[in-house]
Amino acid sequence: MNYWGIWAIYRHEMERTFRTVGQSIASPVISTVLYFIVFGTAIGSRISDVDGVQYGAFIIPGLIMLTILGQSISNASFGIYFPRFTGTIYEILSAPLSFVEICIGYVGAAATKSLMIGLIVLITANFFVTFYIQHPFWMMFFLIMTCVTFSLLGFIIGIWADGFEKLQLIPLLIINPLTFLGGSFYSINMLPGIWQKISLLNPVVYLVSGFRWSFYENSDVSITTSVVMITVFMFLCLAIIAWIFKTGFRLKN
Amino acid sequence: MTSAISVQNLHKTYDNGFKALDDVSLDVERGEIVALLGPNGAGKTTLISTICGIVNATSGKIDVFGYDNQKDYRKARSCIGLVPQELTTDAFETVWHTVSFSRHLFGKSSKPEYIESLLKSLSLWDKKDNQIRMLSGGMKRRVMIAKALSHEPDILFLDEPTAGVDVELRKSMWQLVRKLRETGVTIILTTHYLEEAEEMADRIGVINNGKMIVIEDKKKLMKKLGKKELVLELYSPISEIPEALSGFDLHLKQDGHQIIFTYDPAKQDNGVVRLLDQLKAHSVKCKDFNTRQSTLEEIFVQLIGEK
Repeated sequence: MNYWGIWAIYRHEMERTFRTVGQSIASPVISTVLYFIVFGTAIGSRISDVDGVQYGAFIIPGLIMLTILGQSISNASFGIYFPRFTGTIYEILSAPLSFVEICIGYVGAAATKSLMIGLIVLITANFFVTFYIQHPFWMMFFLIMTCVTFSLLGFIIGIWADGFEKLQLIPLLIINPLTFLGGSFYSINMLPGIWQKISLLNPVVYLVSGFRWSFYENSDVSITTSVVMITVFMFLCLAIIAWIFKTGFRLKN
Repeated sequence: MTSAISVQNLHKTYDNGFKALDDVSLDVERGEIVALLGPNGAGKTTLISTICGIVNATSGKIDVFGYDNQKDYRKARSCIGLVPQELTTDAFETVWHTVSFSRHLFGKSSKPEYIESLLKSLSLWDKKDNQIRMLSGGMKRRVMIAKALSHEPDILFLDEPTAGVDVELRKSMWQLVRKLRETGVTIILTTHYLEEAEEMADRIGVINNGKMIVIEDKKKLMKKLGKKELVLELYSPISEIPEALSGFDLHLKQDGHQIIFTYDPAKQDNGVVRLLDQLKAHSVKCKDFNTRQSTLEEIFVQLIGEK
């Protein structure tokens, strides 16, 4: 195992984050705080409780998910796409690093950054609404698994994209709608029957549901299903990345 | 003894169908300097990139110090340092950080005293805390070399190292290459400057359209393919070459004041003595003469033109 190599990539990526702290950390935190003010405090005060939880508190898990999904994807996709764009990727590809090590470096840094943002948002939420966490271990489990899995997805997007437009395409056209329709702001039980069934095709539903369960012990789908879904998704992403490095897709061809 | 690099029947066709390498074979011995020449798009950079692991080969085998560059990629790549053609560095990093980053990528722990001596040898020490974007083009080129040498490689690839650099820097690069060779580093460089290949290399390979046209010891190559010219300065100009001398490869120059005779120096009977006798017989008097060996550039143009 090339530990020095992994550490070099990880540190390089984290230093880039701290060099642009306003854009990297402050911006997503401010956006989320605005969601809390608008949906939690202003509009939320006129909405009745959902599954026995005050609306402002109900949306906290969803909002955190919304933020870390977007951040994980954009951090990881930009992290690998930028060296491809500038040509500095040659150094990574010519180094004695396996795909697993490259992945740990880039995805680890992207996931760390998302996790930091998620925790900062959680702490910030405390200033606006009162909430509680029933299962802190599972809360951290879902938070970390989501950060890692969606950073893996972002890594794939960063390799697939051959332009800045494509880099934004999947997050904007697929991930954002799935996240908004994944129960961040509502329980899918509030939807008409057919839409409830359609919603179950949305993988984000399982993440939000499981994460919300760790806070308030109420969920749209069972906790086991949520854990299985996120684990399956993570291994699917790993398999795609292994294939990319094996075939050299967009990197070595 | 195992070669530093052994390339056998290497083929590379890109996804867009472009055949960049067509059955290339090459052996590079330890400690030698090999220059790869070829026009733009000939396949030089693809060959280097494939050996370094940046590009996947379509077929063929590459060994680095006996290590297969696919199966034993860690060992193979650890031996290699690469200076790419483009100045691709992270503009906001400092010189010290970027060189240390490269060393760590190759699995080596920090060694500040080595990085210090490396930066000093490349006249970069006083710039170590500068961001790379603040450096001149020549300095950036040196940073690229420092990055490639940061993990103390046994083989160094220099892909057009002196493209776009001034004469002074080019000369200092040549010095550096010689110094590296003295320490036992094997060097493979690609260049458009034939003068550079002539000056630096032990062996020269010529690539065109993805094929290795020739790879030969520099002196042997120049002897084998090089022509020699005998330049005869005449006492009085002549308007045309006498008919009796039509069997010689002669050209009139300088308004009839010069006769140029091109001959093959490797031949036992190269024709020089016979020509001089014939000139005397036809009362063509010479006041001076000199000979000139073909340059590598002329050999290169000849090779590329033939294929």
